[in-house]
Amino acid sequence: MNHLSEEELILHYYGEEDGGLEAARHLQQCGDCRHAYTSLQRVLNVVDTYPAPDPGAAYGERVWRNIERQIPSRRGWRLFATPWRWAAAATAVTGLLVAAFLAGRSYPARPVPKIAAADSQSGERVLLVAVGDYLERSQMVLIELANAKPKGKMDISAQQALAGDLVTESRLYRQTAAHTGDATVETVLEELDRVLLDIAHAPAQASETDLERLRERLESEGILFKIRVLGANVRRHESL
Amino acid sequence: MEFTDAVAVGKARAGDADAFRVLVERHSRSLFRLAYRMTGNQQDAEDVVQESFMRAYKQLHKFDERASFGTWLYRIAANCSLDLVRSRKRRGDDDTPPEVVETKATADPNPERIALSTEVRERLAAAMEDLSATERTAFVLRHFEGMCMEEVGRVLECQPGAAKHSVFRAVQKLRRALEPVVSPAK
Repeated sequence: MNHLSEEELILHYYGEEDGGLEAARHLQQCGDCRHAYTSLQRVLNVVDTYPAPDPGAAYGERVWRNIERQIPSRRGWRLFATPWRWAAAATAVTGLLVAAFLAGRSYPARPVPKIAAADSQSGERVLLVAVGDYLERSQMVLIELANAKPKGKMDISAQQALAGDLVTESRLYRQTAAHTGDATVETVLEELDRVLLDIAHAPAQASETDLERLRERLESEGILFKIRVLGANVRRHESL
Repeated sequence: MEFTDAVAVGKARAGDADAFRVLVERHSRSLFRLAYRMTGNQQDAEDVVQESFMRAYKQLHKFDERASFGTWLYRIAANCSLDLVRSRKRRGDDDTPPEVVETKATADPNPERIALSTEVRERLAAAMEDLSATERTAFVLRHFEGMCMEEVGRVLECQPGAAKHSVFRAVQKLRRALEPVVSPAK
């Protein structure tokens, strides 16, 4: 009787041998090969336990932050993708130039005041106002979708466009929050971002099941609650 | 609201960085595990993950939409790891002892499941480190990632026969290193 070679045993272990049944039959009949195969299994079972550390749930977000700056985004350019938008932009710029020219002619020249360097407090205040406004608009999009009860499919393209714009906008806030070490703001913005991203990239026709899933997600992750709490904190700081 | 890889790839190709972000967030962890098993080092694995996504982004136009994005990404990561391990070995800066990650001993009563002693863990890490870059790649892809020999060959850009031999050599080396400590007599 020809014994199975080590290569054949390895292929059998991985289920890649040509004559699978033959090898299995041989192993049933041949004690030596069975012993060799058991020994191989024992070693590979130990190898199975070769661990890889878990980088954690937020790892993907960390990777993205590290490579984000090297990924060119064309979102800004898409705003001017259609001719009418170019025309509107050109009209607006022309209007501004004319207004600036007329204003310059009407007002007497006066010494230019020194521009005071913006202090960090006023910078923070501007950021808080912007974040507060951002949170309100995000909340409106989420509530609108969460409360929708369509019979059949619902066109959510308008909410998707808003969600996409909010994601773009949030980058600056997240970076600022990371820079100032405001971990709470950063974390909530990241969570909100993920939901908005999924909405922005979902199919434009959402079914009742899709919306139900979104409701469940908002509930399980407590997104709306977190937005409300953060919004309230922001407003309190604004009023100080 | 299902946003599949295929949809995300389509949007990312059109320049939508947010769609690419979805792919990064979705695949980073599994890519890290692959890279870690191939490089045996946490920092190297993190570098590989980042480099893989950068390469993937630059090569998105070459991706065949009928294929699985995950598999394609794995191939890129495997090649990045291979490049890194080869360059490390070429530079000869491979003297650092392999990282040994602590694991809890299994409570599984199955006799095949051996509660890993420190000695076994160290031997296993050292044995993995002793494999050549090609052997290690072939073995990790076959054993941990479940790729068939043909797929392993495609990643390594060699014939399936050559991939098979790399896996055989790797298994033989692992057996030599581990059999003395995992045999029932011990």
